Amino acid sequence: MSTRHRRLLALSGAVALALSAAACGSSDKPDATGNLDKPECAAYTDYTGIAGKTVTIYSPIRDAEAGLLEESWKAFANCTGVKIEYEGSGEFEAQLKVRVEGGNAPDLAFLPQPGLLEFFAKGSKLKAAGDKTKAMAEKNFSPDWLKYGTVDGTLYGAPLGANVKSFVWYSPKTFKEKNWTVPTTWDEMIALSDKIAASGVKPWCAGIESGDATGWPATDWIEDVLLRDQGADVYDQWVKHAIPFNDPRIASATDRVGSILKNEKYVNGGYGGVKSIATTAFQEGGLPIIEGKCALHRQASFYANQWPKGTNVSADGDAFAFYFPAIDPAKGKPVLGGGEFVAAFTDRPEVQAVQTYLATSDWANGRAKLKNWISANKGLDVNNVENPIDKVAVGILQDPKSVFRFDGSDLMPAAVGAGSFWKGMTEWINGKDTKTTLDAIEASWPK
Amino acid sequence: MDFDFTAESPKLMMLLYGVVAFAAVVGLLLLVLDVLPSRKDRWVALGLLFPAGALLTVGLIVPAVRTLILSFMNADSTKFVGFDNFVWMFTDKTSGMLPDFSSDPVSYGVLLSTVMWVLLVPSVSTAIGLVYAVLVDRARLESFAKSLIFMPMAISFVGAGIIWKFIYAYRQEGEDQIGLLNQVVVALGGTPQQWLLDGPWNTLFLIAVLVWIQAGFAMVILSAAIKAIPADIVEAARIDGVTPWQMFWRVTIPSIRPALVVVMVTISIGTLKVFDIVRTMTGGQFGTSVVANEMYNYSFRFDEKGKGAALAVLLFVLVAPIVIYQIRVMRRRRLEGSR
Repeated sequence: MSTRHRRLLALSGAVALALSAAACGSSDKPDATGNLDKPECAAYTDYTGIAGKTVTIYSPIRDAEAGLLEESWKAFANCTGVKIEYEGSGEFEAQLKVRVEGGNAPDLAFLPQPGLLEFFAKGSKLKAAGDKTKAMAEKNFSPDWLKYGTVDGTLYGAPLGANVKSFVWYSPKTFKEKNWTVPTTWDEMIALSDKIAASGVKPWCAGIESGDATGWPATDWIEDVLLRDQGADVYDQWVKHAIPFNDPRIASATDRVGSILKNEKYVNGGYGGVKSIATTAFQEGGLPIIEGKCALHRQASFYANQWPKGTNVSADGDAFAFYFPAIDPAKGKPVLGGGEFVAAFTDRPEVQAVQTYLATSDWANGRAKLKNWISANKGLDVNNVENPIDKVAVGILQDPKSVFRFDGSDLMPAAVGAGSFWKGMTEWINGKDTKTTLDAIEASWPK
Repeated sequence: MDFDFTAESPKLMMLLYGVVAFAAVVGLLLLVLDVLPSRKDRWVALGLLFPAGALLTVGLIVPAVRTLILSFMNADSTKFVGFDNFVWMFTDKTSGMLPDFSSDPVSYGVLLSTVMWVLLVPSVSTAIGLVYAVLVDRARLESFAKSLIFMPMAISFVGAGIIWKFIYAYRQEGEDQIGLLNQVVVALGGTPQQWLLDGPWNTLFLIAVLVWIQAGFAMVILSAAIKAIPADIVEAARIDGVTPWQMFWRVTIPSIRPALVVVMVTISIGTLKVFDIVRTMTGGQFGTSVVANEMYNYSFRFDEKGKGAALAVLLFVLVAPIVIYQIRVMRRRRLEGSR
């Protein structure tokens, strides 16, 4: 090929590249009309002016659950004309930080950790909730929940879904056969444990193995018991590090947990001794209950999904859960749980509209009807919840006597909440004493 | 679910642009080189080296420099802190880097664990590979025997971790054992154990996994080296009446020494960076963590960029001498060859 031809070839290549780049510039315009004038859209007439706009949502919720989410706001999107682009990721926390730092933040994110929300808020990455969102959130959620979406007095995240962790799983069928009674106080629970142990069955089973998050079920135990042992005030000071992690009151709660989890007479039903807790997967931790080798398993409401197919999860079935009893009923009804918060990285009208809608009881009820989901939204009708355990959870969340506190490790710095606390409790289960463990976790708190 | 071309078209277009851009750059490069008048070979060499050099700079050198800078800064990279991150590494108990013999149970520390890996994996892998190579050399079914030990090389570290996690699985005494190792132990009259729980044995059980993977690599290299030993040397030794033992230590080993060095060095470098097996099998719990695992944790999970970068620098400092040694050996080899 001659030099002249080579030059022509290079030139034509460059031209082709330029042409295709130009072609990329044009795109289909989204449907600019909504359907707010139609009768079935009467509920959405408050959301005018957002037709043809796009809102991106990023969240840790994936697969089937993500499909249900998209189904839940489909009517809203059709009526208002807004387009919601949803993306779920299994590495949500790490990737969200990468995207925010890279200037590619989503419009809305469903944050499962208040600590993460605070991280972004204090970094000036989040937009404060708009007036309508704030009003809707304050109408539908209790102050206990709102404070976790609030940083320095400003609401950034409206609560979304919820789960309750203060549950003890048991087998109603087995309890009936053995004539065991569901305890309603801490002392009753301990007396029951002794009775079960005397009958030759280890009463408790637990598993804290969870890949690189090994230890989190143990931290949940500490948090749940601390709420009961010392109350919500001490709990709040602890998660804010207003008292040291190794405060004597924390040691007291930890030792109370140890009276169960490090008690060879009580654990580990179906798996062996205390140390087997460290290497038993949390998904398998409670399964011996339906085999009659264990009687009690403390785990969140979401454990309902872990039972084998065919298991009857109901009040008189193979497996069910009762509320983890308070120690002193006079101090109220402590509830440990988790959930998500809808936080906004942008404040365009359409973004605020979606954030507001997700805080309505209308949306909450619509989502609950699709199953496998509950919320602390006061307007959520328990009749829209199908799963029996979820009904109980909603009842707990809506009980005025409930004192709700968010999972503590989700409120602490990552180095502690996703690091030394998990690892420390794993070592504690594995034999390390309480003082050494708590001292080490305290020493690792970021300066 | 069905593959949706329209949904994926932006990515496909991006891929197309990348290919077209690459072709355009190479074409342009060739065009320019063709025009240059003198010392064409030199310019062609420089021209073709440029893309590789550019990619190496962007993908390796720039990140390395950036990491070095970050290692002297605080958690969110807003303040210069000198050597604080390195001091933390070697003096702060919470870093978990150094052994703590006063704690109960004893904490061997991340550095000691990593040292155990680096001492044991190369030596044991090479030893097993060498013995295996010698034993099956010119034996019937040699190819089949070799493939058995080499196949683990094809498995990802994560896959190997999962396989061996099942092998080590524990169920209490009296239950059916699903872990192969415990099943064997029980069948022989023993008591099932939680192999991954107590150190330093748990680290050794993880090390066994990497040995299983790397022994095949060692075997292949060493087998090739053994076959390359000149036949006349072997014949001369036989005529002199050496025993098989003497043949091994006085003829085979000296002859394949360069290959032994290459194998040991290569496996050492890989071992220093071990991460997947630890993360998959224990998550770094129970005193099994290694430097690479802690680097990942501090950089991406604990929001401690400074400490994470310092650990990366430490890893580089540990690997560098081995690489330098490898380069010097290869250079000396080339000089000897040209003599």
